[in-house]
Amino acid sequence: MSDVVMQIDGKEVKARGDMTVLQAARAAGIHIPTLCHHEKLEPFGACRMCMVEVETRGRKSYVVSCLYPVAKDLVVRTRSEGVDKIRRVILEELLAHAPNSPELVALSKEYRADPNRFEMDASFCILCGLCVRYCAEVKRKNAVDFIERGASREISFIPEIAAKECWDCQECFALCPTSYAQAAYFLTEALAFPGRRKAGATSAG
Amino acid sequence: MDSAQIDPIIEKHRGKPGDLIRVLMEIQHENHWLPREVLHKVAEVLEIPFSRVLRIATLYKTFSLTPKGRNEVHVCNGISCHLRGAKQVMEAVERATGVKAGETDAHWRFSVESGTCLGTCSIGPEVIVNGAHHARMTPAKVADLLKRYP
Amino acid sequence: MTRLHSAAELEQLRAAILSSRDPAKPCIAVCAGAACHGLDSLRVANAFQREVEALGPAAGVEVRVTGCHGYCEKGPNVVVGPAQVCYFEVKPEDVPEIVESTLKGEVVERLVYKHPATGEKAVHMSEVPFYKHQTRLLMGDNTRIDPMRIDDYLAVGGYAALAKALFQMTPDQLVDEVKRANLRGRGGGGFPAGLKWETAKNAPGDERYVIVNGHEGEPGAFMDRALFTGNPHKVLEGLVIGAFAIGSHRGFIYTRHDSPQLVKHIEQALAQAQEYGLLGDDILGSGFDFHVELHFDVGIFVSGESSALMRSIEGLPPEPRPKYIRTSVAGIRDKPSNLNNVETWANVPQIISRGADWYAGIGTEGSKGTKLVSLSGNVVDSGVLEVPMGTPLRKIVYDIGGGAAGGKSVKAVHFGGPMGGSIPVHLIDAPLDFDELAKLGAPVGAGGLLVMDEDTDMVEVARYFLEWLTKESCGKCVPCREGMWQTMKVLEGITKGKGKSGDIARLEDLNDVTGAACLCALGKTAADPLRSMLRYFRPEYEAQIARGDHRGDEAVGSAAR
Repeated sequence: MSDVVMQIDGKEVKARGDMTVLQAARAAGIHIPTLCHHEKLEPFGACRMCMVEVETRGRKSYVVSCLYPVAKDLVVRTRSEGVDKIRRVILEELLAHAPNSPELVALSKEYRADPNRFEMDASFCILCGLCVRYCAEVKRKNAVDFIERGASREISFIPEIAAKECWDCQECFALCPTSYAQAAYFLTEALAFPGRRKAGATSAG
Repeated sequence: MDSAQIDPIIEKHRGKPGDLIRVLMEIQHENHWLPREVLHKVAEVLEIPFSRVLRIATLYKTFSLTPKGRNEVHVCNGISCHLRGAKQVMEAVERATGVKAGETDAHWRFSVESGTCLGTCSIGPEVIVNGAHHARMTPAKVADLLKRYP
Repeated sequence: MTRLHSAAELEQLRAAILSSRDPAKPCIAVCAGAACHGLDSLRVANAFQREVEALGPAAGVEVRVTGCHGYCEKGPNVVVGPAQVCYFEVKPEDVPEIVESTLKGEVVERLVYKHPATGEKAVHMSEVPFYKHQTRLLMGDNTRIDPMRIDDYLAVGGYAALAKALFQMTPDQLVDEVKRANLRGRGGGGFPAGLKWETAKNAPGDERYVIVNGHEGEPGAFMDRALFTGNPHKVLEGLVIGAFAIGSHRGFIYTRHDSPQLVKHIEQALAQAQEYGLLGDDILGSGFDFHVELHFDVGIFVSGESSALMRSIEGLPPEPRPKYIRTSVAGIRDKPSNLNNVETWANVPQIISRGADWYAGIGTEGSKGTKLVSLSGNVVDSGVLEVPMGTPLRKIVYDIGGGAAGGKSVKAVHFGGPMGGSIPVHLIDAPLDFDELAKLGAPVGAGGLLVMDEDTDMVEVARYFLEWLTKESCGKCVPCREGMWQTMKVLEGITKGKGKSGDIARLEDLNDVTGAACLCALGKTAADPLRSMLRYFRPEYEAQIARGDHRGDEAVGSAAR
């Protein structure tokens, strides 16, 4: 696999040919914010926070760095008026669901996002998919997944599987940026299989 | 739910994960809804995670995870019907059936849906009952139309 | 049905079919297209069949149940050939009179077209305003074909292009022909088909696929179904030619589950083509194998997007992939997959038969050939029409469509459904052209043209599209799912009289980010209807916001979230 030479924020960066722009940036110590990304999981491209401006053969476009492949002479800008606006509006849209998420609040300060810009809907879930993907790709249990579609999309713990798997695992809880995953699990437990918890177990996973 | 009729449908697609939508479609057409046990069976026979079956079954409005009424009433909500007054027709349907779109009445008589555009725009606004098109509906005609369906 | 093993045998069969038919014998074509079907045209067809059967085997007239004629507003439609006398709004009670008149060589005056204002009658298709301004290269055969009979398609010259492609041209020449014709995608993208074919042909891999996108999820668009249901073989022929050109041995037809007639006709077409050896192994004795599978979407608009469609064929949730992974290079199961729309495929046989130069002679510099348009909304004469690219919209809306219904005036026209835009009536002289209309912010899209009259609330139209989109999005990426929902909420507020200052700025911010940051074309173009509204109808929006208009007090109905 040959290396490619490209530019990120004016700095020359050498990257392995099979890397994504995000990987190349991280290897070079350049920060790009992400919400739905995790090293153990396949890149998802859903939150769009990692969007950067790229220029190739004279044409500029916005791409998600977690998926976009590096290329020879690619020019990347991780901050710009356009990129910052995208990140700000994405944050404002997510803050409408989870205004208290520490991760979102920290990012909102950096990008000057206004948590009250849009109509609030206290669903708490930002649909980053970390819980769903972790359960599918790492634990291979598929105890939680997306259901519905469009604006009605949500995560759902599947009682038949969650009743057997989740109490002993709970690993997705720590991944959740809004603490919704554990709330969803406990609500499912309460409604579908109350009292299944092993006697004497502590609440830490 | 008649498993004697549903099991053979699922069996035809044994070991073929790519047939998921097809299987669910065939069962929905046959049974008018997808019981949970059937979804588990599909996962087992097609060899896919149950969560994927559930995901696909909830993704599409065509699939119903709850039993439907005897008569399925679709009020087309395509843009052409909308411009020709579908909103008022839907309101008349809701008044006549007593339920809103997505619901079934307590006597299992009517399931009402705000339906996708079926491309019969020239005869809109339309009310489609059990697959039969009723063209150029007006709110005034709705009550009489629905009386025909016990 | 005997299997054909060569181009010569195909021509022999065609000659045999033609010699067994009397071109002078009157033929009553009854439209069973979707809208006519919805008006119970099958009862009319049955009545004709019974009436003619009663005349015995020496009857001087025959009946043919066909696909869509195009003049959907005036159905049930009947066309009596060979003179193509058009009867409209035909009822079963009219049948005996029509049969009797036809046998006498007369016309039933009360059933022919009458101009609503002048009262002037038009008897033949070439005189009826709706039809006479059209150039029906694709739709014209619909009145002559019973979709359940492949012989009807052969009788009008069907599959001759395929024979030419297989035996007189090479795959490279075929791709070149389509490139030179500048056939651009008819599904909404307008991307040059020849280039896509070339990419799929040359992409590395051991297998490549061709796909017919028969999804047609755009509300108000019904021409693909009209064409596919009425003449499935034309599309199939194009597909086989394309498969040969690209080097594909496996094809997929992706369509909707909710059109039983369309499904029936496609299945029959596949079976009959297979029987004749026009599909399957060793097509026409050429040594070329090609098999086709039929797949269904069960109801989500995003499934019409190429990469989402391919996920759906794989049995996965229809979530699109970013556009820089080109599906012509990595599509179904990551193999090169060439996807084209129904109408695009239907254009291929004529390009091969009559040549790229002939095709490129129709239309404009950038947009060649004819385009199917489904005209609906607040219009007098709705239906499926076909005109050369470059035709001014004025001609379509007024000369063919008869203007706005109910004596009202046209306020705006909308192209491209939820991914398109509206333009005000003062721009009605714009030509039907991919690039020209895109510049105006109302891209042709699939060709669904909606007429909006003077009473149309342009804020409500945008709100409608956004609400629709929030339900049809897959929901994966934030700017689409959240952006569209928030946009809808702002518009809902305005229509309910709760508009706030800053709303337009909020809408523009949302539009900008939705357009730039979404994963797929659905999201990226979701901002376009509103963008066109703010471009041309901004004063109406500002007025509603300022006035605190209470028109929105009529319940939004159960469609509200």
